[in-house]
Amino acid sequence: MIETKALTKIFEIKKADDIPAVVDLDLSIAQGEVFGFLGPNGAGKTTTVRMLTSLIGPTSGQAWVNGFEVGKENQEIRSSVGVLTEHPGLYERLSAIKNLSIFADLYELEKPEKQVEKYLQMLGLWSRRDDPAGSFSKGMRQKLAIARALLHEPQVLFLDEPTSGLDPEAARLVRSFIEELGDQGRTIFMCTHNLNEADRLCERIGIFNSHLIAIDTPANLRQEIYGRKVVFHLRFVDPTWINLLKDIEGVLDVQRVDQKLVLAMDDPERLNPQIIRTLVERGADLQFVGELRHSLEDIYLQTIEEDEGEAQ
Amino acid sequence: MNLKRIRTIIDKEWAEVFQNRMVLFTMIFMPLIFTILPLVMLYFTGQEMGDVGGVNTADVPLEFLSACSEDMTGSECMQIYLVNQFLLLFMLIPVIIPVTIAAYSIVGEKTTHSLEPLLATPISTFELLVGKSLAASLPAIFVGWISFGLFLAALPLIGITKAVISYIAGPTWLLAIIIAGPLMAIASVNLAIFVSSRVNDPRTAEQISTLFVVPIFGLLFAQLAGVIVINVMVMLSFIGGMALVDIGMVYLGTSIFQRENILTRWK
Repeated sequence: MIETKALTKIFEIKKADDIPAVVDLDLSIAQGEVFGFLGPNGAGKTTTVRMLTSLIGPTSGQAWVNGFEVGKENQEIRSSVGVLTEHPGLYERLSAIKNLSIFADLYELEKPEKQVEKYLQMLGLWSRRDDPAGSFSKGMRQKLAIARALLHEPQVLFLDEPTSGLDPEAARLVRSFIEELGDQGRTIFMCTHNLNEADRLCERIGIFNSHLIAIDTPANLRQEIYGRKVVFHLRFVDPTWINLLKDIEGVLDVQRVDQKLVLAMDDPERLNPQIIRTLVERGADLQFVGELRHSLEDIYLQTIEEDEGEAQ
Repeated sequence: MNLKRIRTIIDKEWAEVFQNRMVLFTMIFMPLIFTILPLVMLYFTGQEMGDVGGVNTADVPLEFLSACSEDMTGSECMQIYLVNQFLLLFMLIPVIIPVTIAAYSIVGEKTTHSLEPLLATPISTFELLVGKSLAASLPAIFVGWISFGLFLAALPLIGITKAVISYIAGPTWLLAIIIAGPLMAIASVNLAIFVSSRVNDPRTAEQISTLFVVPIFGLLFAQLAGVIVINVMVMLSFIGGMALVDIGMVYLGTSIFQRENILTRWK
């Protein structure tokens, strides 16, 4: 559905060094996938979206969206994708319904009024349809911009910071709407700074800073960076148990933190019963057991830090 | 070229622009002044000439006498000489009015961030520019025509003779109002859109785009100085020149309008 091969964009600046915004990006995003594109400000995320939506051309490399090649079939790409730009970019003097009608006509929809009504209803804006978009709250504007991106029922959606600047309630509404869109089988390419949002919504994430640093499911990235760790909460810890547990095959490391033992291991599902048995046989009062989950924020910061370290 | 998309852009521009009272004021006030001013002038000069017992053709500048027919009186010839200066005012209407709209059309959308979603639709650059250009020029062209129509209709009411009215409703004026004015409008609007796509400030775009009044003032001063007399031949030459300028401006505007530069190099 979305594929890039060595996609590169270098901005040439007069009397200054060129800016490599996107370098050798290789991506393959399947139909129906919700993909999160994470990176710091200025990483080139918006430039990537602009290239994939054929708003700007790549310096080199190739990309296909919906089967159409970027740079060669730009109009087909623009007809078949929906874009939520970083700023809603609404016509503030015009009503919500007029804002959508203009785009419905530009996409030459067969039943523009029906589509406009459908999305205004779906996003809870129908009762405000005749009000100027300029009178809307930030959340309502964002919803209107999302409706505009969906009017022509695109199978591929590009969302650039969809919840940026929204209050928690509006952000939750937008997120649940994105979840619904994902459930409908649409391919979603989402740029975001909100790591919890990416963790919750995206099947895979790409961490990007001019080039792709890492790409995988959030779970695999966690494992890749931190391995899997299980925490055993005990009433008390006998120091002799640490070496005993280290001897179990598959346990990579054991650390004591207060009255807890943190075990790094490859396959907790297989090893946990054996570890619990060993501890209980040694008289341990086991209170509860849980997997130590690093947040996506930890993964993101660690990855970016390592990448910047390598670059230096 | 998709006409529906062009119509949509025109519709959108008008919906936005006509919500702005200042634009409406400019569209009504300026043509009104430009229509009333020559009428007042003609009325008072007619009265004055009547009071002094008419004017001899010797009072009319020599270079202009060719524009008067043999059966015209001296005062009629003088009135035609005077009213011919106002012809250029009517040509200014479709040049000045649309510049504000056109100058805002690209740079305004850039500043409100509405250009990117618009460019992300299947609309082609040509369709977008034609839509914006027509949206700005059509109202001004119609306002120019209506002003001239009102001016023409008011002439008998202030006692202007048939000979003078026939001259004003003759080929020189009709060519100027019906063809030259719209051509000027198209050129100035395209310049405004072109400038608007290269700068970041609507005011700069507006100021540069009003440069198109320069050739009109050139004609005015040339006529006042007696260098030329605006007649059918002069008007036809002017129209030919403007048509070439229009073609050049539309070509230049479309080829220089770079979606990429507009989106990435405007801050």
